[in-house]
Amino acid sequence: MDNYVFLIILFPLIGFLFNGLFGHKIKNEKIIGSIGSLAVGIPFILSVIILFELISLKPEDRKYIVELFSWLNVGTLNIKFSYLVDQLSIIMTLVVTGVGFLIHVYSIGYMHGDKGFFRFFSYLNLFIFAMLNLVLADNFLVLFLGWEGVGLCSYLLIGFWYDRKFEKMTTTDAAKKAFIVNRIGDFGFLIAMFLIFLNFQSLNFDTVFSKAETWNIGNPTITIITLLLFLACTGKSAQIPLYVWLPDAMAGPTPVSALIHAATMVTAGVYLVARSSVLFALSPFTLELIAIVAILTAFMAATIGLVQNDIKKILAYSTVSQLGFMFLALGVGSFVAAIFHLMTHAFFKACLFLGAGSVIHAMHEEQNIQKYGALQLNLKTTYLTFLISALAISGIPPLSGFFSKDEILWKAFSNGSFLLWFLAAITAFFTAFYMFRLVSLTFWGKQRWDSNVKPHESPRTMTVPLIVLSFLAFVGGFIGIPQSLGGNNIFEKFLEPVFVKANSKFSFTMAHSHLTEYLLMIISVLLAIFGMLLSSNLFIKKRAYVWSLKKRFSNIYNLLLNKYYVDEIYNISIVNPLVNSSRILFWKIVDNGIVDGLVNGIARLIEIFGNIFRRLQTGVIESYAAIFISGIIFILFWILLR
Amino acid sequence: MLTVPLNYYLALSAILFSIGVIGVLTRRNAIIVFMSIELMLNSVNLTLVAFSSFLGDSTGQVFVFFVMAVAAAEAAVGLSIIIALFRNKVTVNIDEINLMRW
Repeated sequence: MDNYVFLIILFPLIGFLFNGLFGHKIKNEKIIGSIGSLAVGIPFILSVIILFELISLKPEDRKYIVELFSWLNVGTLNIKFSYLVDQLSIIMTLVVTGVGFLIHVYSIGYMHGDKGFFRFFSYLNLFIFAMLNLVLADNFLVLFLGWEGVGLCSYLLIGFWYDRKFEKMTTTDAAKKAFIVNRIGDFGFLIAMFLIFLNFQSLNFDTVFSKAETWNIGNPTITIITLLLFLACTGKSAQIPLYVWLPDAMAGPTPVSALIHAATMVTAGVYLVARSSVLFALSPFTLELIAIVAILTAFMAATIGLVQNDIKKILAYSTVSQLGFMFLALGVGSFVAAIFHLMTHAFFKACLFLGAGSVIHAMHEEQNIQKYGALQLNLKTTYLTFLISALAISGIPPLSGFFSKDEILWKAFSNGSFLLWFLAAITAFFTAFYMFRLVSLTFWGKQRWDSNVKPHESPRTMTVPLIVLSFLAFVGGFIGIPQSLGGNNIFEKFLEPVFVKANSKFSFTMAHSHLTEYLLMIISVLLAIFGMLLSSNLFIKKRAYVWSLKKRFSNIYNLLLNKYYVDEIYNISIVNPLVNSSRILFWKIVDNGIVDGLVNGIARLIEIFGNIFRRLQTGVIESYAAIFISGIIFILFWILLR
Repeated sequence: MLTVPLNYYLALSAILFSIGVIGVLTRRNAIIVFMSIELMLNSVNLTLVAFSSFLGDSTGQVFVFFVMAVAAAEAAVGLSIIIALFRNKVTVNIDEINLMRW
């Protein structure tokens, strides 16, 4: 069993090295694409095998550690390069490799003819390698290694088309933004790791968590550690205040947006909190803060999504909003619901992004949804898969999004407060609204594109992953049907042992009846359906009315269209002062003045001495010899007459 | 058998050395400068042999062999440098060869 785990990590690394080193010599895209896809497909099969092996074990035995080698051994710091296989990490591995494999296959079609074809696949494989290290890690340092690795791959892939323009910048600027914003979060992670090591003398999950368990609830050290970890999560998982990089990350190719910026990497923060659930459970303050930040992020991103016109931007804000939902679940202490939503979200959001990629492909790189319309006739497969996923994300039963989102809403109400539930329900309404605005403007209504564009359905390598993902988006929720709906929530039962320690710290009173649950469920479904119908009605039949609304509420509209001016505020308050002070203080004074001054000063000093002493260099050998001999005579006399 | 006292050897050696030094300092022809250097080396050899004989210790003589071997090598290298110089400059006058001057 141990060998499989090792191979899961190894295959993507081999794929990365092979395509990275020899890809430019292999001109055949099919070979490069197949190697890249297989490097993820084989690990997927292996992880399915491991899943079945785990299920065959008793629930309390479903956890083992695979040690590869000892990594660091300095004083009391003993870091082993080892992987932890349990219910949580195997589910993450399945999502990463499964969705990753489909996106690799899709990329063969999408990236066809690109001059960086091999580069793209080697980056993707490197990403999968880093992400698997992240989710399978047995200690914080290996997790951090993966955490940084996925950040690097995100940077490389956002700036993949480095010669293209993106909005007012270049894609490289977007890549740099993503990387630098993430550094802020990583800083939090590092400090948290230092504190963990200081307090628990270990970075190993098992050791840290079992030691932490004995601490009191609300211990200030734990609160600081968890706050710092959450800072790292806000960076990686795009929460307020560090979410600004994710919409710009759409500068990358669409499969990248689907894989990294929707399905896997951005959920790393959710995974980190779920993995450290014991620590977070000990800090009610952090959990409360997470819930508040999460609901604000979800709400804010959803409102921005209402008015955007770039198809990928809408999906990006939708991702931020859905990540907010996941963190809301974490914040109210329902780790299982967060992981459940993470999984279903990976299915439908990857499908939505890939569908958007298919549309962009068909419309020759046009991304403005105002210039689409009536594409259901030309892109039948894309349309159907997109529609299923849109229904899933809107939370229409019995699709997967309904079960996962509803569980979060219910937990927000039962473990949180009415206000959290209310805002989440409104956000769910907005979600349905903007998704069906997107569907209406893209696939329904009248044609608004030039008829010589001639959109065509994408090749099979692109449509098959779409079909598989939309199937998963449809049925993915059935493994987590709550008891109130007659299911037995296999998913929750499977994951529960991971969170036993954390859950024992909570003291929720389950005083709510099933009646309340049904009522809330019906309200949220009605809200979703209302949002769908309202937006499809508005954006197909009553476009004139939409225009008049836009005029009347132009203030609000502009505020949303410009994303609450958050980028501008950040630029004025943080970026510009930092850049300017760096330019004056660090560049002109410190770098040019002190550092360069020191180096140049030493050179000038040597020059001055050289100018004096070079006069001795007369070029007349006799004078050298005379000095030499007189020196010897002097020394001789000095020795003799001493 | 008449033995020459040590002082005589040392005086001769000092005179030879001084002639060598003056030769190096005053002559302009590189070959003569070179010969003067050889003269200085051999005057030192003479001192070493004289002391060796006087003290009955063969170390000094061994040392002389070393000096002679180094002098031979030095002569080979030095002469080839002078030849190379002559080919380039068509002169062996050291006051005309001052390329290294700043």
